[in-house]
Amino acid sequence: MTAVALTGAQAGLVSCEACKLLSRPAHHDHPGHCPRCGGELEFRRARSIQYTWALVIAAAICYIPANMLPVMVTTAFGATEPDTIMGGVVFLYTSGSWPLALIVLVASVMVPLGKLIALAYLLIAVQRGVPGGNRDRTRLYRMVEFIGRWSMLDVFVDTFTVALVQLQPLMSVAPGPGVFFFAAVVVLTMIAADSFDPRLIWDSATAGGRKRA
Amino acid sequence: MSDVTLIACEDCDLLQRLPPIPVGGKARCPRCGLILATRPSDSIDRPLALTVTAAILFVIANVEPMMSLTAVGRHASTTILGGAYQMWMQGEPITGTIVAFCAVIAPGFFILFMLAVLLAAKRLRVPQWAGETLRWGLHMQPWAMYEVMLLGILVALIKIAELAAVDPGAGMFALGGLVVLFPAIAVTFDPREVWNRVEWADDEAAPAFRDQLSTRTEATR
Repeated sequence: MTAVALTGAQAGLVSCEACKLLSRPAHHDHPGHCPRCGGELEFRRARSIQYTWALVIAAAICYIPANMLPVMVTTAFGATEPDTIMGGVVFLYTSGSWPLALIVLVASVMVPLGKLIALAYLLIAVQRGVPGGNRDRTRLYRMVEFIGRWSMLDVFVDTFTVALVQLQPLMSVAPGPGVFFFAAVVVLTMIAADSFDPRLIWDSATAGGRKRA
Repeated sequence: MSDVTLIACEDCDLLQRLPPIPVGGKARCPRCGLILATRPSDSIDRPLALTVTAAILFVIANVEPMMSLTAVGRHASTTILGGAYQMWMQGEPITGTIVAFCAVIAPGFFILFMLAVLLAAKRLRVPQWAGETLRWGLHMQPWAMYEVMLLGILVALIKIAELAAVDPGAGMFALGGLVVLFPAIAVTFDPREVWNRVEWADDEAAPAFRDQLSTRTEATR
């Protein structure tokens, strides 16, 4: 390795996100397409910070009704009973399956919230140019990317409960309005994680490192 | 043969040269720790066999019921698409669409695209469309959520079991197989095997481009 860390962008080389080919585009502002796979080239994901902030804020707004509104409405013997996400966790816990209650609690309540906090922190750190800890922040980003899909768990639970429990007029389960907001949180945070460019975490560090060197 | 060993790390953009990787080994970025490349053995035939298996299980998982319920002399069962359809009919069309996308459309297209890419990669010169297809397949991958769905179904089963007798159906066992097969395809497949042999989109640029890149590399060192 050379002593001074040199990034692709500093060398005027752009890496294709699909096939990883490094190429030197004719125009820096319009890199065009990858000569090998034809994918669109970008030095950094376009307007990464703005897009990610917008998606994080939208997801944070949806997170409130997702937890407040019922995700399922059970009708049994003429009486209806709405169920929120936390209600489902409590139900699992009191019915004796606490490991499942814990899984649902982590996947449905803690993971989406943790993702929002983590993405907001990464955005602020990039915007402020917080020194050090870049490796840890990159690791945090990868965790957000990896764990995001698991919050879809409750949407699947609701889907299959609704699909199966249709014993009219005795008992039936209908989806509540919360499930839409919940699915929206998952999809929005997944797109937010995808629009965030982890290379931004390192850009300020590399600039500083070069100055020192 | 490997003319394109100079790469930039996907996560931190550090320029580096990819060393020759032994079979079963992997290369990590020295700065951010990202796994840059792996080298599985038999990286076309093995994922192809797994993808064919996944295609068969995909059909079973979508045709056969996931689970069935028996209560007060009545019987009900549901498939994956039946679940998404019920969501739609009960007033949540967008949620139903998201479920259908993550549970049927994304994994289905992933299997289809991977089959096409892997069959094309058996040729010496990989056609240009295979590269395009692989790009689409990689876009589908994060949205195929079989492992999450399986856990979701298990939780639903346990919840409903409090009220009525529920039985897992044949589709559930197929789904169990798919949960294992999807990561297995990802681990055994080496996309570099396709990219190194694919016909370039800009065919004119290919040879000149390589020269330019290698002279550039010498300059940066």
